[in-house]
This record gives sequence, C-alpha cells and structure tokens, in this order.
Amino acid sequence: MSTNTENKRKAPAGERVADWADGRLGIYSLAKANMRKIFPDHWSFMLGEICLYSFIIIILTGVYLTLFFHPSMNEVEYAGSYVPLQGQLMSEAFNSTMHISFEVRGGLLIRQIHHWAALIFVAAMLVHMMRVFFTGAFRKPREVNWLFGFLLLVLGMFTGFTGYSLPDDLLSGTGVRFMQGAVLSVPVVGTYLSMFLFGGEFPGGDFVARFYSVHILLLPGIMMGLLVAHLILVFYHKHTQFAGPGRTNKNVVGMPLLPVYMAKAGGFFFLVFGVIAVVSAIATINPIWAIGPYRPDQVSTGAQPDWYMGFSEGLIRVMPGWEINLWGHTLVLGVFVPLMIFPLVLAAIAVYPFIESWVTGDKREHHILDRPRNAPTRTAFGVAWLTWYFVLLVGGGNDLWATHFHLSINSITWFVRIAFFVAPVLAFVITKRICLGLQRRDKEKVLHGRESGIIKRLPHGEFIEVHEPLNQEQLHTLTAHEQYEPVELGPEVDENGVRRKLSRGEKLRAKLSKGYYGEDSQIPKATADEYKEITSGHGHH
Amino acid sequence: MSSQDIPEENLPSEQDAAGHTLQKTADTDPFADPGLPPHEHRVQDIDERAAKSSERTVALLFTISMLATIGFIASYVTFPVEKIVYIWPLGHISALNFALGITLGIALFCIGAGAVHWARTLMSDVEIADDRHAIEAEPEVKAKVMADFAAGAEESGFGRRKLIRNTMFGAMALVPLSGVVLLRDLGPLPEDKLRHTRWAKGKMLVNMNTHEPLRPSDVAVGSLTFAMPEGMSEHDHDFQKEIAKAALMIVRIQPDDIKDKRELEWSHEGIVAYSKICTHVGCPISLYEQQTHHALCPCHQSTFDLSDGARVIFGPAGHALPQLRIGVNEEGYLEALGDFEEPVGPAFWERG
Amino acid sequence: MKKLSARRRHPLAAVVVLLLALAATGGLYAAFAPADKAQADETAQSLAIDEGKKLYAVGCSSCHGTGGQGTSDGPSLVGVGAAAVDFQVGTGRMPAQQPGAQVPRKKVIYDQAEIDQLAAYVASLGAGPAVPTEKQYNPEGADIGKGGELFRSNCAQCHNFTGEGGALTHGKFAPTLEDVSPKHIYEAMQTGPQNMPSFPDTTMPEKEKKDIIAYIDAVNGEKTASPGGLKLGGLGPVSEGLFAWIFGLGAMIAVAVWVAARTAKAKKS
Repeated sequence: MSTNTENKRKAPAGERVADWADGRLGIYSLAKANMRKIFPDHWSFMLGEICLYSFIIIILTGVYLTLFFHPSMNEVEYAGSYVPLQGQLMSEAFNSTMHISFEVRGGLLIRQIHHWAALIFVAAMLVHMMRVFFTGAFRKPREVNWLFGFLLLVLGMFTGFTGYSLPDDLLSGTGVRFMQGAVLSVPVVGTYLSMFLFGGEFPGGDFVARFYSVHILLLPGIMMGLLVAHLILVFYHKHTQFAGPGRTNKNVVGMPLLPVYMAKAGGFFFLVFGVIAVVSAIATINPIWAIGPYRPDQVSTGAQPDWYMGFSEGLIRVMPGWEINLWGHTLVLGVFVPLMIFPLVLAAIAVYPFIESWVTGDKREHHILDRPRNAPTRTAFGVAWLTWYFVLLVGGGNDLWATHFHLSINSITWFVRIAFFVAPVLAFVITKRICLGLQRRDKEKVLHGRESGIIKRLPHGEFIEVHEPLNQEQLHTLTAHEQYEPVELGPEVDENGVRRKLSRGEKLRAKLSKGYYGEDSQIPKATADEYKEITSGHGHH
Repeated sequence: MSSQDIPEENLPSEQDAAGHTLQKTADTDPFADPGLPPHEHRVQDIDERAAKSSERTVALLFTISMLATIGFIASYVTFPVEKIVYIWPLGHISALNFALGITLGIALFCIGAGAVHWARTLMSDVEIADDRHAIEAEPEVKAKVMADFAAGAEESGFGRRKLIRNTMFGAMALVPLSGVVLLRDLGPLPEDKLRHTRWAKGKMLVNMNTHEPLRPSDVAVGSLTFAMPEGMSEHDHDFQKEIAKAALMIVRIQPDDIKDKRELEWSHEGIVAYSKICTHVGCPISLYEQQTHHALCPCHQSTFDLSDGARVIFGPAGHALPQLRIGVNEEGYLEALGDFEEPVGPAFWERG
Repeated sequence: MKKLSARRRHPLAAVVVLLLALAATGGLYAAFAPADKAQADETAQSLAIDEGKKLYAVGCSSCHGTGGQGTSDGPSLVGVGAAAVDFQVGTGRMPAQQPGAQVPRKKVIYDQAEIDQLAAYVASLGAGPAVPTEKQYNPEGADIGKGGELFRSNCAQCHNFTGEGGALTHGKFAPTLEDVSPKHIYEAMQTGPQNMPSFPDTTMPEKEKKDIIAYIDAVNGEKTASPGGLKLGGLGPVSEGLFAWIFGLGAMIAVAVWVAARTAKAKKS
C-alpha cells in the first residue's frame, strides 16, 4: 500500500480534508448518490425553496432579535426616543421592542425582515402546498411528505401567532385576548385551560415569557425536525416532473445538483433574502410605536391578526351568537363552533390525498405530475377549498372591505355567511366544467392540430381555418396522462346465485369513483386509432 | 439541427441524442414518446464572445454585491439612527433603515443573480435523465427483515412472558403522568375569579380621563365616558388584570328612549353604565353610535343596543352586556350600587 | 390585419386580451364611478348674502325648518351651538346632498365669513357650545404622550390607532382624521356630530382635547415619520398581508420563473 500513501501525500489539501471526513463520516458514498442528483426545471418547483429560505432567514434574524428582546411583562415607564409614547406605562417586552426599533442601529431592519419573512414564509407554504395539490404530487410515494408539509404549515401559523404577540402591543394583545376568550368557550375545562395558560386571570404577567419559549424554542425545534425529514424525503423520492418527451415514470430529467442546482438553488437563497431585505427597507410592518402598548380596556378598529390567521378571524366574525344555557352551565357555541371548524378547514385539505387514493385504489408510484385539467374532480375540490378559504379571509377583513368599498359591514357579514356554504359548491361546479372544456380542447388539438388563425378560401368559396398539426413531442405530451375507469362493483349475485354482501364503504367508493371518473367527469383522450383515421383521411377540417 | 424549425414535420423526430427513447415509430403509435429532444446549443455554447460577455456580467454582479456590502457598512457608520429623510414615494422614513435595507438587499440579490446567470448561461445545460428505483424492498429483503424481527422477538421472549409485557406497558403508560402533574402550578384554579370585579356597593365611578369621580351633571346626553372604580390606579401591579374586568362605559340616554325596564331602574336619570368588555371574546367594545344607541365591537362586530338592555342585535356575541346598577351618593357623585350581577366578558362553561 | 388574425391563436393571445379587458374595465369604472367632487350649489352661492338668517333660509331651512326647529329630513338645530355649525358647514358635510347612511365630508361651499354668520344665527336659536378660540385648540405645548393614551382610550376604537378611520354599522363609518384641522377636531369632540358621541369639557377637559389634537398631529400629520418605510395606509395586518403576497411572494415567483426558465437557444439561421 505504499503507492497509495505516496498518492495521498501528493493529493491537494481539499482532497485530504475530504478523505479525512470520509474515513469518519462516509461522505464519498453519500456524495456518489447525491452530488449529481437530477432536479427538473420548473418555476413552480422552486416554491418550496422560498419556504425553506424564508425559514432560514427567520431563524437568522430571530436569533439576532433575542439578543435585545426582554420577554417580561414588568411595567416600566417609556423613556426612549419616540416622543408620542414618552411617559407611558408599558411592559418590558414592549419597551425592548421599541428599543430595537429606535435605538439599535439596524434593529428596525432586522425586525422588519423577521416579520416580512414570516408573512412570506406562510404564504409560500400555502402556495407550495397548492402546487403539490393541483399537480397530484402528493400521490404515492409522497403521502408522508405531504403530511410533513401540512404540519409545517400549521406549526408555522402558530409560531407566527406566538411571535407577533410577543411585543405586547395593543393590536397583538387584542389577539391574545381573543384567544383567551376562545379558550374559555371550551366546555368543562375552558376556565382551567385559561388559568393555566395565563398563570391566572387574563392578562396576568406570564404569557409573554411563556409564548417566548414556545415561539423561539418549542415550535421552531419541531419545525426544524420536520423540515429536515421533509428535505430528506424530497431527496430520497427524487423530484416529480411534468410529462414530456423523454420523461417517464421511471426517470427524472433535468440538471445535476452539482454544478447547476448548486448555483441555481444556492443563488435563489440570496435572491429571496435580497427581495425580503428590499421589502423591509421600503415598507414598514407592525409599527408598534403607532399601535401603542396593550391595555385590556383599550382597542382600535381594524383589529385583525396577521393574514394566515385571517380565515379563523373570518370564522369567528360571521358566526351567529348562539349560546345554550342549561342546568347552570353555558355552552358557548358562538365561539366554540368556529374554534372547532378552524382545524376542520385545514384538515379538509390535509386528508384529501388519502381519500383520493382510496377512491382510485391505485397502489402504484406516481412521479409524473398531472396537469390540473386532467384531474377535474381534484382540481375542482382544490379550487372549492381555496374559495372557502378566501371567503373566510373576506369575512376576517369585513370592516376594511366596508370602509374601502363603501359597503355595509352587516351586508358583508351576511354575504360571507351565505357564501361560506354556497361559494365552494359553485366553485367546484364551475372549475370542473372549465377542466372538461380544456380537456376537450386538448383532444381537439391532438386530432385536428393547432388553430393557426389563417383563413383560406377554397375554390368553391368555402372559408376554412388552417390547422397546424402538432409534432410528435406535443402529441405525446398531450396524451401522456392516464385515465382511470370508474370502479365496478361487480354483479350483486355471484355465479352460484349467492347474493354478495356489499359493504357501505364499497358502495360509497363506487359512487365516488363514478363521480371522479364517470362520463361526466372526464373526456376520453384521443386514441391512436382516432388520430390515424383523421390524418390518413381528408386531412384537416 | 433543430426539428422545431419545421412546423409541418409531423413525424417522430429521427434523432436519438439522449438514447433513452423507446423507439416506437409513428406507424404503430403516433403518440409514442419520441424521447428526449436533442440538445440545442445556447449562444454562449458556440460563441466565445457571448460566453465572455456572460462571464463579465456575472463578475459585474458579484462586484456590485461587494460594493453594496461596503455601502452597508458605510451607511451603518454614517447615518445616525434617528435621522429621518423624505424619499419619494415612501414618505418620511428612517435614513438608516432604508440605506441598510437597500444595500443589504442589493448585496444579497446580486450574489444570487450572479450565481443564477452563471448557471443559466455558462454551466452545461444538457438535460440528463436519471433512473428511478422502486422504493419498495425486494421480496427477499422483506423476507430477511421479517425473519430477523421474528428471531429478535422470539429471543426477547416478549410474546411468551406476558407478565413482563403487561407491567412494562403499565409503567410506560404511567410515567408521563409525572409530566402532566408538574403542569399543575402553571396557574391557579378558576374558582369564582371570573365572577367578581372591583366594583362594589358605594364605589364611586372615576372618570378614566381625569381620574376624578363623576357627577351626573358631567355626563351629557349623547356623550361617551369611561370609568373605573375608585381606588384603582394605572400604577397598581394588578391594574391590567382588574381593568380587564372592571372597565365601564357610561352613556346618557333620554329616559323616554330607554326601552328596557330593568335598564331604566338601574340607571340614574338616564345615565346607564355597562361593562366595556364584550361578551363575545372580551374586546373592549366602545364604538358607540349616539343617535342609534348601538355599540359595536371593533373586533368581531357584535352590536349591542344600549337603549334596550344592551341586548345583542347583530354579530357573534351570545348575550347582553352586563349592566352596573348605579346611583348617587351623599356628595352627589355617581356610585355603584353593587358589583355586576353576572360575570363580565366572554362566556364560559361554569357561567350558567 | 392579416398579422393580427394570424396571431389571434398565439398562446399568449389570451393574456393580451385579458390585459386589454382589464384596462378597459378600469377605464369604464373610472368614467362611471360616482365622482365625490361636490357640485357647488350655484344658486346658493349666487344668492349669498352676508346675513346668516338669509343664508340659512336658502341653504338649510328645507331640511331643518324655517326656524331651525327640525323636520323629518333634518334634526332640530336649537341648542346645537355655533361649534356644531362651524364643524358641519366648515367640513362641507352641510348642506347635505343626498340621503345615505352618513353625510360625508365634502368640498366646503361657504366661505368662513358666511359660516360665521350661519353659526351666529343658529347660536341665537338656543345656547350651545361656542366656536373654540385658537387658544383652546392650538396643540402647542400639549402632552403628546398623554394625548396618545387618551386617544387609545376614547378615539381609537372607531378612528383606528393613528386616526385612519374605520367601519361602523350599516354602512356608517368613522372618518379618517388626516388633514382635519385642529379646530374641527376640537369641535367634533365638543359637539359629537352625527353618530359620534360627544366628549364635553365636563368629562374631557380642554387640556385633554389639546393633548389628543397634539397626538393626532404627531402620528398622522404632514410631517409624521414612518421610520420603517411605507406605512401601507396604517391599516395593520390586512394591508401588510396583501403587500407580502403581491410584492413579496409575487417578486419571488417572478424571480423563480427567471431561475427555472430555459436560456435562449442559438437560432440556426
């Protein structure tokens, strides 16, 4: 082995370091599998990266903020440089946030980056999740990763809520008060939960410190773990891709991690950070100096949570004030019902992949993405859910809609109450029709070619539009998707004349399957025979 | 080189650059996968001048980033933290915040833009296909795992020695209880804390603005006043907790306009005092419309009719605002004739 | 035309049409949207005379009655005082133009001398708050911090943290306090116009009104600084959320499209 040592001695420093690491960590085997890992190019595949990078930015800036923030509710008199608050009583939490904003150089910028990045983080998670949803990327083998992503969204929302409550300003304090009222509405244990959460009666002197440890340690810790697992699975499963020439369910086509994606993804981190920094330079967020310190007897109109909690605000605003008083107890339905619908709204989208896989009964792996039009029922469900979500957001901002569009707040509330039930149904029906229309158009395109817009007059006077036939790449792309057949229940009486017992679940599944893949729910794609018949015949029409 | 230059070409492309195609011809299946299209060169791949120009662009972006970082440090040192400048169209803003944010943004963005431009124009853009492998294990692997597990389970005696198994489950199930018990001291028990406020018989109504006790003559019809019980101060250590329950809203309505009999009885010459804390989830409700006598909650729009026992006329609140019974003491000041008769603020299970 | 029709089927044609349609809709809206510019009452102006009663008879009596006793269209003015007239007419709210949930601020159609005459006439109908003197409302030297606390206790619930305004029931609203003169703010607190409750000197002394005026000037004045940048209307999380979606996430998606897009290929000529 002397020749080997000879070689090693001559190896460059980098290689020697790598050798050292390999001897202890086995990095070469790791790199062999991953260094030239292929990632397909599509802008929508970068939405997840926006989430990842904004999360990193939030952690970096968050650590900086902890160096200056005092998570204490001791009352102090403000003596900082912002004149309109001088002499006011406030908690140390508020006071130190004022200090970060007005006295620490760059503190305001970091605070704003932290908060803007948080809003963008949750927004990007929602959009990323919708991309995964509408393209069917959640199908086997990625269901677990879908759940990890969903949990990250939910935890992100609560990390945001505990975070913006920390400065103890009048706006966030109103939000915490709302949360306390919601906790109180829980039957039987509500008052106990509230006392334990706040260390006594609201607001008490504890919740900032408690929210602080939840905000900077507990929730981000769990999120970090989920995030790592999410990324490992992305690597392990390899990325999905859209159908196209040369792209099959058995391969992944794109550029290698080293060097292209190292540069693109690495560069994208800086791009995302740069955009957030510029946003934080030009637009203020949560100007607590204008809002003032929290006092339970003060409030401002336009009291809304950050946008990702907006749908729950909508739920609570439009709920009628039902309350049942029986046997000396109160069931506060007006608050408790929205509190229960809140997780249901989120769960509705989270469980969808499992319902779909049950209906299709498909046990195969799927790595080719669906175009949303080719899965009309799924797409329609997704749009219905988004509509639902948006209706609730409108409800959460009903006062601002009223002032900015000169409407009555009462009418908007009634509109939302009705739209809560009606709008998703309408959205479902309309979306499905649009999808089917687009499927028809695809079929038309495959069989007759693309409408060129050139009008020709034939010798006998008839006008026709010239259709350009598609090339094989386009033909393949438009016909690559699979179409499911509805599940057949089979005869109720088997060949021996014995009645088969059909479980309710089976019947439901058959019904759903028909709804998914029956005649009204998909347009049979063009077949090769249809195509040949038309092309071999009298050309175009 | 390119097949896409010939739009009428309707046959499968004959090229097979990537070598991954199934090579079905259009005769058998017109929709067959033609395989990866051949790689087309970018300008930078064939024209060294264009490549040079790309290289310069990337280098320029990285250089701008360096300059921006220097600008960041210079701004940090130069601008005083309190300096306000007018920048159109942003308005009067902090010079330091703007300068730091913009320079940091440029410094970061240019690194990203440089790297991406480099990747897009100079690194190879040949698409590579990577094979996927089934995630599920081969049957032999599965069989081995099952056998190993069975052997391990057998050796542990877990299935046979039920006593061990059951006591272990019992121990594991009980041990988390210690953690739950430890949470007990997070807060006190509710008892009847939510039922009482600082209001009591004989306590004067103190104006929150002036901190002086109120006289009936101070309260004009159509005016809005907030009060707290005498003996409270913003500097009290429990002020926040107490005002969260005791905050009081005082309006004066022509006695003829008061529709609710009890409200009239509990008022003094048309002066009525209601809890300021919304019965929905506890926002301080005080958007009082003096012509309609409606009070709106700014948080969730519960609307109460203060001329009719403060009953709910719109929104998610479940019951009327509690009224405080008031009168006038010997010195002519408004005083409470007792605490609220029902708990103020959001409803809860034990409220009844 | 031939070119146009050939491009009609271009994949981007739909986008172009959509943009054109949006532009057209915007234009139509701008053309048809109700202009809030008040049309000055020409007749009233040309008939303006220097006596309040005559002004009143022409501009106000149709709703408030010939002697200010009020009608079904307008409340009695007996005892509202000169301050109420100065506020209502001085901010253009009166004379009202059309029935609605609330009479909005408009262009003022009387000059200050005429307003003073009207105020004098209405004040003569019954005693009420007088127009404040500058000494009363001038915020100089007031305690801004105390004003802030008072503002958050008494005003912010309707007018928002920094006086941007907010919604009330059934289409009514608390107007923005931006560009409202100290005198008019003082008069509004004193008299409680429309649905706003009053804050008389007995419960909110003159000094506290001054503090509030000083605070409004400090946080929503012409020179108010917003250190962090654009204040996005001062409306809080709703406008912040919109901004994050449109300019934050929007910019990032635009960047992502660039990152993932194919680099232009060399055209073989």
